[in-house]
Amino acid sequence: MRRIISLLLENEAGALSRVAGLFSARGYNIESLTVAPTEDPSLSRMTIVTHGSDEIIEQITKQLNKLIDVVKLQDLTEGAHIEREMLLIKVRAVDADREELMRLTDIFRGSIIDVTGQTFTIELTGTGEKLDAFIQAVDNELILETVRSGVTGIARGEKCLRV
Amino acid sequence: MGSKGVELTGAEIVVRFLRDEGVKYVFGYPGGAVLHIYDALYKQEEVQHILVRHEQGATHAADGYARATGKPGVALVTSGPGATNAVTGIATAYMDSIPLVVLTGQVPTHLIGNDAFQEVDSVGVTRPCVKHNFLVKDVRDLALILKKAFYIATTGRPGPVVVDIPKDVTAAKAKYVYPKEIQLRSYKPVTKGHIGQIKRAVKLLVQAERPMIYTGGGVILDGAAKPLTELTRLLGFPITNTLMGLGGYPGTDKQFLGMLGMHGTYEANMAMHHCDVLLAVGARFDDRVTGNVEKFCSKAKIIHVDIDPSSISKNVRVDVPIVGRVSDVLGEMIRIIKEKKLKPRREALAAWWRQIEEWRATECLKYQYSDEVIKPQYVLEQLYKVTRGNAFVTSDVGQHQMWAAQFYKFDKPNRWINSGGLGTMGFGLPAAMGVQFGHPRSTVVCVTGEGSIQMCIQELSTCLQYGLPIKIVNLNNRYLGMVRQWQEFFYQGRYAMSYMEALPDFVRLAESYGHVGMRIEKPADVVPALEEAMKLKKRLVFMDFITDQTENVYPMIPAGAGLNEMILV
Ligand SMILES: Cc1cc2nc3c(=O)[nH]c(=O)nc-3n(C[C@H](O)[C@H](O)[C@H](O)COP(=O)(O)OP(=O)(O)OC[C@H]3O[C@@H](n4cnc5c(N)ncnc54)[C@H](O)[C@@H]3O)c2cc1C
Ligand SMILES: Cc1ncc(C[n+]2csc(CCOP(=O)(O)OP(=O)(O)O)c2C)c(N)n1
Ligand SMILES: [Mg+2]
Repeated sequence: MRRIISLLLENEAGALSRVAGLFSARGYNIESLTVAPTEDPSLSRMTIVTHGSDEIIEQITKQLNKLIDVVKLQDLTEGAHIEREMLLIKVRAVDADREELMRLTDIFRGSIIDVTGQTFTIELTGTGEKLDAFIQAVDNELILETVRSGVTGIARGEKCLRV
Repeated sequence: MGSKGVELTGAEIVVRFLRDEGVKYVFGYPGGAVLHIYDALYKQEEVQHILVRHEQGATHAADGYARATGKPGVALVTSGPGATNAVTGIATAYMDSIPLVVLTGQVPTHLIGNDAFQEVDSVGVTRPCVKHNFLVKDVRDLALILKKAFYIATTGRPGPVVVDIPKDVTAAKAKYVYPKEIQLRSYKPVTKGHIGQIKRAVKLLVQAERPMIYTGGGVILDGAAKPLTELTRLLGFPITNTLMGLGGYPGTDKQFLGMLGMHGTYEANMAMHHCDVLLAVGARFDDRVTGNVEKFCSKAKIIHVDIDPSSISKNVRVDVPIVGRVSDVLGEMIRIIKEKKLKPRREALAAWWRQIEEWRATECLKYQYSDEVIKPQYVLEQLYKVTRGNAFVTSDVGQHQMWAAQFYKFDKPNRWINSGGLGTMGFGLPAAMGVQFGHPRSTVVCVTGEGSIQMCIQELSTCLQYGLPIKIVNLNNRYLGMVRQWQEFFYQGRYAMSYMEALPDFVRLAESYGHVGMRIEKPADVVPALEEAMKLKKRLVFMDFITDQTENVYPMIPAGAGLNEMILV
C-alpha cells in the first residue's frame, strides 16, 4: 500500500543521507522525498512517499524511528490527511494551442506564471493524481519540461506533528 | 557554554573527557590527523593507550574489551586509511550490538571536500555500520558530542558510534566542563516493558504444554543472566541460547538444551520446532537460527522481549511483543509469578521433558575419537576440562568457532566472545587482547583456525609489547574448513580455493614474535600440551594442533530447511 510518512528531523548535516541511506540499504521503495526547514530552525520536516506490504511499512517506521536524528514520525495515511504536490510544466504554446492550454489550466485551477511567444509555464498544485491527470490531458507533443516538487502533507483536524 | 571550566585544546578535551568518562584503555594507532591527540595522551597517565599493529586490531580489541567487561570499548585511529582499516571492526561491533566509541582523525575543516591528503569521508563510509556518527566542526561542541557518543553507544540497543574530529578542531581552544548528564529529544530508549503485555505473556507461559525459552545476545548485553536463570528455574522450562547468548544460562545445567540453529543441537532445534509457547528474549530471529521462516515454530504462540522495536516481528511475526530491557521485563515476570503463586502445568511439562530426553539421547554432538589423528572436538573438550570451564574464550570464524560453541560449556556470561553477525575472520586474537586487558588475571584463550589467525596475526607483536599471556588454540586443518564443508555438501567436493597451501611454521612464527610455540600432532599429546601451556602464566603460547583435515560440523541444517530437518553425523 502507498503510505505518506512525515518526519521531524534534527536539522543536522547528514540527516537526509541517513534517511536516504536507510531506504537504499534495506531495499525499501521511495516514490518521493521532500525536506525543508520548519519554523523552528533546529528541525526539518520530511515527507516520504513509499509503498510496501504492512510488514514492510511497519519495519520502515520502526527503522526510521531508530535513527538518532529522527525526533518524531507520523504515518499520515493512517488518518484523514491532506496531500499536496506542485507541478511546474513548460509547454509549447502557439496558435490554437494557446487558447486550449489556457482553458485546461483554468479547469485544473492552475495558473500560467510565465509566457513567451512560443511557450507557457504553468503552475499547478494538488494531489499527485490531479497532477497526473493534468499531464495526461496535455498533448504529449507539447510538453517541453515537467518538474514536480514531490508530495508534502499534513494531518486534517487538530492532530499535529510537533515536538 | 558560559564562562565556566578550564580552557583546553580540542586534543586535551578529548583526553580529559575520556578520563572523566572513566575510560581506562584506548586502543589505537597514530597518524597525522591525530597527532595533537597523541601529544595530549603522552602528557598524562590516567588513560592508557594500547598500540596495536593494524587499525582493525584496535576496533576488535576495543570490542573484545567491551564484550568481556560490559563497559564501552574505545578506539582511536587517524584519518583516511586509519579510518577505513577500522571499518571491519566497526561493522563487526554493529552487527553484534557492541558499545564502541571510535574516534577518527579528519583533515582540517577548511580542507574537507578537497581530496586532501589522507582524506576520506569517514562519516559517510561508516554510516551504514554505526548506531550513529558525528563530525565535530567546532571545538566548543566537542565535549558534548563525546558525551552523546558514549550515551548513545551504551544505552538502548548498544552499538558503535564514530566521532570524526578534524585536526584543526584538536588544536583550537575552548572551555571544558565534563558534561555529566545528557538529554536527547530524539533518542529516548525504552526500558520498562508494557505491564499488560507482560501479564499476557505470563498467562501464556503458565498455561503452556510444550514451552521453550530461546535467548540471545540481549541477555548478555543487559547483564541479565541472573533474572533469566531465576525465571527459567522457577518455571522448569527447557532453554536454548543463540551463538551470541551462550553463558546467559548455565551451559552445564540440565534444563539447558545447548545452542540452537544451523549448528545447534538436535534437542534444541526439535524442541523449538514442536513447542507450543516460545519465550524469545534478547534474540533477533536471525536466519542462522530460524532456517526456513515458513516452517519456524509454526505451532507456537511467540512472546518476544527486545529493547529494539525493529527486532520484533522483523523476520517472524510474534503474538506478544514486549519492548523493554531484559532485566526489567523478566524481573516483572518473576514478581507476578511469585506474587500470584502461579504454577506451570506439571503433567504436561513432565511429558514434554520425556520427549526432550528422547531427543537428547541421540547425542548429536558425539564424534569418533581417534588415536591417530587429533579430532578438533577432542581438543575443545579437553580445553574445557583443563581450564575447568573458567576461561574467557574468544574465537575466529569457521568450523573451530562452531566446535568451540558446542564443546566449551559456558556457565557464566561475557566469557564467550565471537563475531556472530558479521562473522569476521581475524576477530579472535585482537579481541582476546581486549579481553585480557579487561581481566588481567584471568585465562584468556583464543580458539582459531590456520585461515583466520593469519588475518590479524600481526597483533602477536602487540601481545609481546604488553605482556598479554593469551593462549592460542589453533585448530590447524590446512583448510578453510567451513568453506570446505560447504563444498563437500553442496558443490560435489569441488574444493575451490579452500586448501591452505604454503602455511607458515606457526611455532617458529610465534617464537620470532617472542612467544612460546608448540606443535601438537598426536591425540595423546593434547592434554599435556594444554596443561603445560596453562602453566606458563606469563607467556603467550601458540598451540598449533594439527587436526583431522576432513572433519565436519554436525548437526547441520542446510539453508532453507526447517529446524526439524537436520543433517546428523
Ligand atoms: C559460521 C557461523 C555459523 C553460525 N551458526 C549459528 C548457529 O548455528 N546458531 C546461532 O544461534 N547462531 C549462529 N551464528 C550466529 C548468527 O549469525 C547470529 O549472529 C546470531 O544467531 C544472533 O544472535 P542473537 O539472536 O542472540 O542476536 P544478537 O545479535 O546478539 O542481538 C541481540 C538482540 O537483543 C536485543 N537487545 C540488546 N540489548 C538488549 C537489552 N538490554 N534488553 C533487551 N533486548 C536487548 C537487540 O535489540 C537484538 O535484537 C553463526 C555465525 C557464524 C559466523
Ligand atoms: C574476513 C572473512 N573472509 C571470508 C570469510 C568466509 N569464511 C567463513 S569461514 C571461512 C574459513 C575459515 O577457515 P579457518 O580459519 O581455517 O577455520 P576452519 O573453518 O578451518 O576451522 C571463511 C573463508 C569470513 N567469514 N570472513
Ligand atoms: Mg582451517
